[in-house]
Amino acid sequence: MDREHLVVIGNGMAGCRAVEEVLARDPHRFRITIFGAEPHVNYNRIMLSPLLAGEKTFDEIVINDRSWYADHGIDLVVSDPVIAIDRDTQTVTAQSGRVAQYDRLLIATGSDPFIIPVPGKDLPGVVSFRDMADVDMMVHTAALGGDAVVIGGGLLGLEAAHGLALRGMQVTVIHLMDTLMERQLDEAAGWLLQAALEGRGQTILTGANTAEIFGEGKVEGVRLTDGRTIPASLVVMAAGIRPNVRLAKEAGLAVHRAILVDDQMVTSDPAILAVGECVEHRGQVYGLVAPIWEMCRALADGLTGKRSSYEGSVTATKLKVSGIDVFSAGDFAGGDGAEDIVLRDAARGVYKRVVVKDDRLVGAVLYGDTADGNWYFDLLKRSEDVTEIRDALIFGQAFASGGGQADPKAAVAALPDDAEVCGCNGVSKGQVAACIADGAGTLDAVRATCKASASCGSCTGLVETLLAISLGDEYAGERTAKPMCKCTTFTHDEVRALIVERGFRHIPQVMQELHWSTPDGCASCRPALNYYLLCAWPGEYVDDQQSRFVNERMHANIQKDGTYSVVPRMWGGLTNPKELRAIADVVEKYDAPMVKVTGGQRLDIFGIKKEDLPAVWADLNAAGMVSGHAYGKALRTVKTCVGSEWCRFGTQDSTGLGVKLERKFWGSWMPHKFKMAVSGCPRNCAEATIKDFGVICVDSGYELHVGGNGGIHLRGTDLLCKVATEDEAIHMAAAFVQLYREHARYLERTAPWIERMGMDWLRALLIDDIAGRDALAARFWVAQSFSQDDPWAERAAGQDRNLHRPMAEFRPITQLEGVAP
Amino acid sequence: MMPQWIDVGAVEEVPLRGSRAIKVAGGEEIAVFRTGSGQIYALINRCPHKNGPLSQGIVHGDSVTCPLHSWVISLVTGEAQGTDKGCTPTIPVEVHSGRIMIERAAALRLAA
Repeated sequence: MDREHLVVIGNGMAGCRAVEEVLARDPHRFRITIFGAEPHVNYNRIMLSPLLAGEKTFDEIVINDRSWYADHGIDLVVSDPVIAIDRDTQTVTAQSGRVAQYDRLLIATGSDPFIIPVPGKDLPGVVSFRDMADVDMMVHTAALGGDAVVIGGGLLGLEAAHGLALRGMQVTVIHLMDTLMERQLDEAAGWLLQAALEGRGQTILTGANTAEIFGEGKVEGVRLTDGRTIPASLVVMAAGIRPNVRLAKEAGLAVHRAILVDDQMVTSDPAILAVGECVEHRGQVYGLVAPIWEMCRALADGLTGKRSSYEGSVTATKLKVSGIDVFSAGDFAGGDGAEDIVLRDAARGVYKRVVVKDDRLVGAVLYGDTADGNWYFDLLKRSEDVTEIRDALIFGQAFASGGGQADPKAAVAALPDDAEVCGCNGVSKGQVAACIADGAGTLDAVRATCKASASCGSCTGLVETLLAISLGDEYAGERTAKPMCKCTTFTHDEVRALIVERGFRHIPQVMQELHWSTPDGCASCRPALNYYLLCAWPGEYVDDQQSRFVNERMHANIQKDGTYSVVPRMWGGLTNPKELRAIADVVEKYDAPMVKVTGGQRLDIFGIKKEDLPAVWADLNAAGMVSGHAYGKALRTVKTCVGSEWCRFGTQDSTGLGVKLERKFWGSWMPHKFKMAVSGCPRNCAEATIKDFGVICVDSGYELHVGGNGGIHLRGTDLLCKVATEDEAIHMAAAFVQLYREHARYLERTAPWIERMGMDWLRALLIDDIAGRDALAARFWVAQSFSQDDPWAERAAGQDRNLHRPMAEFRPITQLEGVAP
Repeated sequence: MMPQWIDVGAVEEVPLRGSRAIKVAGGEEIAVFRTGSGQIYALINRCPHKNGPLSQGIVHGDSVTCPLHSWVISLVTGEAQGTDKGCTPTIPVEVHSGRIMIERAAALRLAA
């Protein structure tokens, strides 16, 4: 009897593995023909990365050599891709015209690289990273040195970048998303990876969109949509892959995102099967090798008459990116009832996060130390109850399964006295215990006396356990200094000091180095960290919009109905017909229901829609007005009285000084809102004694008052000093504001700050220490040189326009046709 | 036949740890969120407390803090967190090939 003819389209990993599985079950059942587009025998595509990196040769990555095909009587057709399937005649036609009749057909066409449709994508020097020909071309180009651009910061792109860097090229990775490998890693791990790769000399541009690839006759560089250009003699497209479904689609098979198959890998035509990256099974398309091996087993069982089912796979990614270990598995996006357990070890560059839900492990992300990856993956797949080992789960298998040590308290109690608890300050368990015995009954007291846990904080849990062991019921965990928020054990003051001392430059870096217990902080700590970094590194730190409260993101004040109010700046409370006309026009044009004179001598336009804000600002800008920052933790108003120019009691030009102050201080970000006032005489019509910084003019000069507040807790100012000239007043104001910016906690007004620190402290720094005062003022002016750009003008010109626009608009067709719904 | 899912845009059009609103003719807005872990969620753009626009809040973990009175709302269930009580309806959303898809039926219900 003639054997059935099995024709395989695709000589890649999936196709050949399926054949191997069939042969293992029944070596004589089928006559087999394999068509391949490439000129090679079956090789391990995953190993293209080590091949590019020069760590392996082609022979080393071959899976099945020629003799394997020969030994099994397989007819291998290379360099001749199949171009059509005819289901009626059960034949396939190859590019050469060769026709083969099949009884069973297996489609294993894999994926094609996704080529982003930009101008220049076809220039010589643009290559994908998918097969041997691509690698040959990259190796050849790299031999000439020069610059390479890799488009795509996923796994494939980073491996290409690593290989090219090892071959001596200057590599820039362009990634559309904000964090690298966003499919496998969370933001915190993605940030660590980026920092590590940059440390190795690669340039990583995230949030970067390619506009075009340019060059005369060959690649010369890449231009981004923001106008930046990057020179390159080689551009690698690694922006993703797409299942190769063309043949199946043309043959009329059912195709969704990929070729639809059942649990036996059979397509909508019973004579045709499909396997690998080109199939969609129960809504899933896989790009990893483990699920594909499982598919091949079910497929071979089905073909050899022993039915089994492929039921889908849970996948885990464990890999080395440029020598850095990363691992992810399951659902680490969290979700309802899901709880994050985060462990950060800054010294070792380790970040671990496991997600527990309903007493079961549902996801894990590991960076820098993936030793426990398989253990977590196993717990996840078996859906095992982890209640018993929950406290120790994050420390890994050795600790969590360590018999009697599963209770962390017992484990700590069992530590010898000379065991080091705090690595930063070299404090042993015995020293901490002695310090507690001497009366340090809280974490703050331990930190203050023996310095344990006072630097990076990673041993805080250990110190707290020691407190609990030593004090028993007496230790309630109370702290005198309140931590910044629930994400950290550090206080505002400690975090600020550490940012400056250790030179932290980014929010994810602070969170990693100071062992934040959440992946990306909360609504309390994120705005605070953003401010502290902005204050510490003026001109260098890039503001994180997503860590700002809505008003500072939208540059307007949100109101209870979701509309915004807009307050243009009126310098010192002065205005003119042109400004008033522009405001009146805006009110009418945008149908603002209310205009109000504010307590700070300005006009507030209410009821502006989010979408209209940029247009409103453009109109106000055209009349010379800028943002009044009525929404910001920043200088609000400088209230003035008319002063010596008009008033019969006025002693100095209070309006003039008010305008000068406002011109010099606007735009500066502060811990909280900040108000100033200048009164022309002690009658104090501008209410300067309830402002953060108030000036009262007298015949002989200017009294400078600080720390006033007209809010919930009414507080009159304290007199700081008296100066003779406007310049001295402005100089002292700069020093005072900078001291406030550098020392006050985020969301602390000057009044409670001064109550806390005391006027003596303030006077010592601002009056007695003249050099210190001058240095404060100098730092303020440096910061101001970066902050006086009108945010309204930037938005009116189109920056961040998406913030103001809806993403989409949904209109049911019935409404468009005017039919009542 | 009408597709069951409506493509409302690409994932990267929503800022990381941010949100964008979708207008619905004659109905309430939908807020689409993208978390630091890259997860996409969709909720009615309204806080159960005083109707604040959740799309304007700060996104952290799988929650958003309402811009009006700092209620923390779970993006997964729409439930208010902590001691606050209330719930914002969630909208079925999926991501396919980097595109965000909203369930047509849910959007239609809002518009009706």
